[in-house]
Amino acid sequence: MTHTGVNAMENKEKKVKVPRQKMPEQAPKDRVRNFDEVPFGYTEELAITEAKRCIQCKKPGCVAGCPVDVNIPGFIKKIAEGDFLGAARVLKETNSLPAVCGRVCPQEDQCEKVCILGKKGEAVAIGRLERFAADYERNAGKVSIPEPAPPRGQKVAIVGAGPSGLTIASDLVKLGYEVTIFEALHKAGGVLVYGIPEFRLPKAIVQAEVDYLKKLGVKIVVNALIGRYKTVDELFAEGYEAIYLAVGAGAPVFMNVPGENLSGIYSANEYLTRSNLMKAYRFPEYATPIVRGRNVAVIGGGNVAMDSVRTALRLGAENAYIIYRRTEVEMPARIEEVHHAKEEGVQFKLLTNPVEYIGNEQGWVKAIKCQRMELGEPDSSGRRRPIPVKGSEFLIDVDTVVVAVGTNANPIVPATTPGLEVNKWGYIVTKGESGETSRCGVYAGGDIVTGAATVILAMGAGRKAAKAIHEYLCGKKKK
Amino acid sequence: MNKILEKTDLSDSVVKMVIEAPEIAGKRRAGQFIILKVDEKGERIPLTIVDSDAGKGTITIIYQVVGKTTAIMAGMKAGDEIMDVQGPLGNPTEIENFGQVVCIGGGVGVGVVYPLAVALKKAGNRVISIIGARTKDLLILEKEMKEVSDELHVATDDGSYGFHGFVSTVLQNLIDKGVKIDRVYAIGPVPMMRVLSNQTKPYGIKTIVSLNAIMVDATGMCGACRVAVAGKTKFTCVDGPEFDGHEVDFDLLTKRLRMYCEQEKQCYDAYRCECHGK
Repeated sequence: MTHTGVNAMENKEKKVKVPRQKMPEQAPKDRVRNFDEVPFGYTEELAITEAKRCIQCKKPGCVAGCPVDVNIPGFIKKIAEGDFLGAARVLKETNSLPAVCGRVCPQEDQCEKVCILGKKGEAVAIGRLERFAADYERNAGKVSIPEPAPPRGQKVAIVGAGPSGLTIASDLVKLGYEVTIFEALHKAGGVLVYGIPEFRLPKAIVQAEVDYLKKLGVKIVVNALIGRYKTVDELFAEGYEAIYLAVGAGAPVFMNVPGENLSGIYSANEYLTRSNLMKAYRFPEYATPIVRGRNVAVIGGGNVAMDSVRTALRLGAENAYIIYRRTEVEMPARIEEVHHAKEEGVQFKLLTNPVEYIGNEQGWVKAIKCQRMELGEPDSSGRRRPIPVKGSEFLIDVDTVVVAVGTNANPIVPATTPGLEVNKWGYIVTKGESGETSRCGVYAGGDIVTGAATVILAMGAGRKAAKAIHEYLCGKKKK
Repeated sequence: MNKILEKTDLSDSVVKMVIEAPEIAGKRRAGQFIILKVDEKGERIPLTIVDSDAGKGTITIIYQVVGKTTAIMAGMKAGDEIMDVQGPLGNPTEIENFGQVVCIGGGVGVGVVYPLAVALKKAGNRVISIIGARTKDLLILEKEMKEVSDELHVATDDGSYGFHGFVSTVLQNLIDKGVKIDRVYAIGPVPMMRVLSNQTKPYGIKTIVSLNAIMVDATGMCGACRVAVAGKTKFTCVDGPEFDGHEVDFDLLTKRLRMYCEQEKQCYDAYRCECHGK
């Protein structure tokens, strides 16, 4: 190669755009046997390289694509400049849980979907950068606690310590309200602690966010199932002036298929709660057991199904199946999750639907009778409707089944709160984005309003309700 | 954290504890239960609230040592703390003046039926109680049951105390004698509840049972505790824990209760080895 040839190549390389930086992660064969987080996160160098790809649009579409309006170009600019703590501060102006969102938000459908670089190539890896900045701040032990606002002398009760409840608590405490969160379980975090597995969201991160809220002055009462422990009206009687209901869509959906109550058949909520909240994967060190099935089938095609099936593999399954009645195109799970599941060896049984569970003499599931499906015309969800193929039944041998086909509204709070309007599915009815319910002073948001959705949408609802409650309480004080 | 204020051994393996839990004490009604998690690594187990004192802010629980959690608790003493106590949970018992009721408790189930007997008596019912155990040493709450009952029958399987035989035989004797029974409350081991429910069915005597299904969150979130009642799936934690015994699929309940037998034994054995090592 001549001297001039080398120069020409260098010039050409400069013109080639820097590709979206991959995040280093555990190899599938290793991670499938542990519960450690899959990606390691960006190094400082990778983060800066990726951040420099952002062209700092004057009218950034990404911000509009974010349910909590994170100043995305702002925090990315700080990373590009090497000011990682500054980046975290920018994030926290609008997002109280950046380390969580960087991991579990569906960025490909939100901020990254509208990134201008994505039009011709690949979008900036906004989620990975968000995660990097938040982790950097936490690991550096430099999480800054803002000066407490002057107390307003007004108490607000938040019901549920999930993403929505944690977000609104953070917003309201910063405005000077006395905020108490009532959590039904023994640990704060909601779906972040009981639902999303350690390998996707380490629980230490959630705990750090909860601890941060406590430092801000938020009180968290655990083991307090509102409706039983105290009712909404009793909270008002105790002097809470506004109440935000963020209890989640906590009730599992079963399919009413014969044999569904056989031993070895779990709802995804139970399977994941045992593994995540109760740490059954560390049984018997942790006292809660979980069935370590050899042949595990997970019914459903959403993120919860992917979390369940990947948990099954980590618990030692030899065969882990996803049984889904449509095709991969219609799967509601994030592409990244499906990709991870495939890499780890999950077997996808698509266009397949369970019609019966068959048990042994001890009442333990031993096989699923399935039916093949084909896609027909689009239904109300816009996805093509699956239609059973007659005479196509076949058996899959299993010893464990996880039903992950969605959740319903938990009726406890509505049932114990007179005058609280719910729709025909039991979800709380709210007026517009404020989260205002049919009861004066009662607001609601997150999955108990929308039905099962994402962490970030629940957070967005918390943010909006915080504004509405602030306006309501300011008005109330003047009277 | 909930402080243990009193601990009493009722028998070799049955323990009574009075725990500080002011909010629950003020709120709970007969038939409700708590979920208790003894320490950071503990499991969540449901236990009936046997009694409460709203003034002192305490609740009473009774448990039998059957596994790791209850063994840990048996080793605790007054002044120690239980990490998590959640409650009150479940639907309170439907309490009315039904007339003459029979409250039947077997084994540690006497502790579960006791608060019902108290509430039913208070509501004006004439309360006949039948309590039983395998043997005299395992019989609990005889004095307390006597105080709230208009009539108390005691039975032991081995005849070491009271009637020699099962509580079901005592009930049958009452029925045969023509005693008017408006409602039966039958709480104890699953085989006992099954037998009693089958027994009262032909007479059309409404029989309420309290189910001890395996639970995790006990807020209606997980479905671990699902049971079949009148052919429909119900969650014991939020739809129960009490159901009409004539409608319960006891066979399914029995099978589902065995789901973790092996692991529970493994966990308990490991714990006992650990204790012996110390």
